Amino acid sequence: MPTVLNIVSPMDALPPPKMEGVDVKVFYGAKQALFDVSLPVRNRSVTAMIGPSGCGKSTFLRCLNRMNDVILGARVEGAITLDGQNVYDKTVDVVQLRARVGMVFQKPNPFPKSIYDNVAYGPRIHGLSANKAELDGIVETSLKKAGLWKEVADRLDQPGTGLSGGQQQRLCIARAIAVSPEVILMDEPCSALDPIATAIIEELIDELRQNFTIAIVTHSMQQAARVSQYTAFFHLGYLVEYGETRQIFTNPKEARTQAYITGRFG
Amino acid sequence: MANLAQPATTRLNSPQAVARRRRQYMRERAIEALLFACAAVSVVVTLTIVLVLIRESLAFFSHVSIVEFLTSRTWTPLFSDAEYGILPLVLGTLLSSLVALLVALPLGMVIAIYLSEFAGARVRETLKPFLELLSGIPTVVYGYFALLIVTPLLQATILPNLPGFNVLSAGIVMGIMIIPYISSLSEDAMRAVPDSLRDGSLAMGATRLQTSIKVVVPAAFSGLAAAAVLAISRAVGETMIVAIAAGQQPNFTFNPTESAATITAYIAQVALGDLPHGSIAYQSIFAAGLTLMAMTLVFNLAAYWLRKRFREAY
Ligand SMILES: Nc1ncnc2c1ncn2[C@@H]1O[C@H](COP(=O)(O)OP(=O)(O)OP(=O)(O)O)[C@@H](O)[C@H]1O
Ligand SMILES: [Mg+2]
Repeated sequence: MPTVLNIVSPMDALPPPKMEGVDVKVFYGAKQALFDVSLPVRNRSVTAMIGPSGCGKSTFLRCLNRMNDVILGARVEGAITLDGQNVYDKTVDVVQLRARVGMVFQKPNPFPKSIYDNVAYGPRIHGLSANKAELDGIVETSLKKAGLWKEVADRLDQPGTGLSGGQQQRLCIARAIAVSPEVILMDEPCSALDPIATAIIEELIDELRQNFTIAIVTHSMQQAARVSQYTAFFHLGYLVEYGETRQIFTNPKEARTQAYITGRFG
Repeated sequence: MANLAQPATTRLNSPQAVARRRRQYMRERAIEALLFACAAVSVVVTLTIVLVLIRESLAFFSHVSIVEFLTSRTWTPLFSDAEYGILPLVLGTLLSSLVALLVALPLGMVIAIYLSEFAGARVRETLKPFLELLSGIPTVVYGYFALLIVTPLLQATILPNLPGFNVLSAGIVMGIMIIPYISSLSEDAMRAVPDSLRDGSLAMGATRLQTSIKVVVPAAFSGLAAAAVLAISRAVGETMIVAIAAGQQPNFTFNPTESAATITAYIAQVALGDLPHGSIAYQSIFAAGLTLMAMTLVFNLAAYWLRKRFREAY
């Protein structure tokens, strides 16, 4: 049995957790995919989740905005808190939760609508703008924050699906931030992109950290090292090690972490 | 047995191998020719029908001017002072199809959205056979259903002055008949929309209903349009229901509560009678048939255009 090791770093400089998993267990039918994972996602910083394929990174990420609810037969135990409140509480409205915790997927999935309508989708659903001018403003700011404005300002009425892969992913990021979420979850957001598009997104993530709390799943160790402040290493459904990214990559406490980051398995 | 130690090129060029490839090639060609022949038969049949229609229509138009055919509001080919204005029949056809579409489109779409986006697998598998059954009912049964049940029902409730033969009942029942066309094609189109789009919408905090209406339906638009057009074509070509329940009097009207004849009803009526071959009335059914085909063609072109215009990439 692998042991669960939750490294509690010294309290002083660390930002407080924005979200936190407490003894999270996830089952898909009879199969358990996560075992007692306890993991903070700290405020206004980037938390990276790494680990070999099938270790439960996406599963944990999907607990944070309850996207596991959509999967037939998925069951979550334990608690996930957002600002101290359990998001799996009966009183929590999942619509509200997902407005506060946005998500960007592995494969860019813009809706088959115009660029404008893609970004305006969330604000319209949640009734965030009183009039067209306000909505225009939200769309523009979101596209600017996603670093896409300059490229699409003159063709907002064109379909979002006509953009390049990297642009589509930035459009999805713009779509996610248009409802001013507090947390953004990203599941391998660059795995379908070329190195240049990846570099742009990584830069963007670093900027977004000023305003948002970010949790990102990645298969690239370099990417985790470049963009994150905290790293969690998963293996076979267990959280093996969590700590500041610098420490995880230079001085891992667990042999398995060491083996994984040096490329000896995975 | 080929010697494995030989280089591959030598083995591939051995006489046996060459002969085998030759046989294989001949067989492929034979199968290809057979498949082509099957495809060709359908083309030949279609062309023959069109040619016959055109030939008989040309004979018709040598007696009746195209202008009269397309503009006169009276269609009385069986009277002694015959008039040949196709408009009443075209109107009857469009009106009954429109009523059918007004019934079938909303219902079919709602059913499709429910089946594709909400129903569990078990409910879906139970419901679908019943739906398919609707299109399996013989149209003559539908015709009498319209005449003997729907019309009296409408007369007893909201339309006391409804005549016994009317376009409305025929259209409503025709709508019920084409619901499965719309619902099952629409459901297919919606289920082809990738889950990644639904996930994207749900993760934005949209409800399932919002996701269905704002993402899935627009994403499936071209498929839905195709379903609607196929249903229209089916309604425009439907004969039995309108012949039985809508009356067979050509009537230039936009009012569905009146009786009217459709192109198909007229053709059926005349084709069953004993008209002398080669008479103008006999030839008129070919001109009517050609008109019907032209209408269907227009709908299909519209569908093609819709698909191109709103082709959704996802
Ligand atoms: N919808 C599902 N139904 C059943 N089992 C699932 C489902 N999704 C994931 N699993 C299982 O749960 C385990 C964890 O999967 P998860 O997708 O979280 O892994 P991951 O770390 O994200 O892997 P990857 O790096 O390949 O994306 C795997 O064993 C997987 O097979
Ligand atoms: Mg994953």
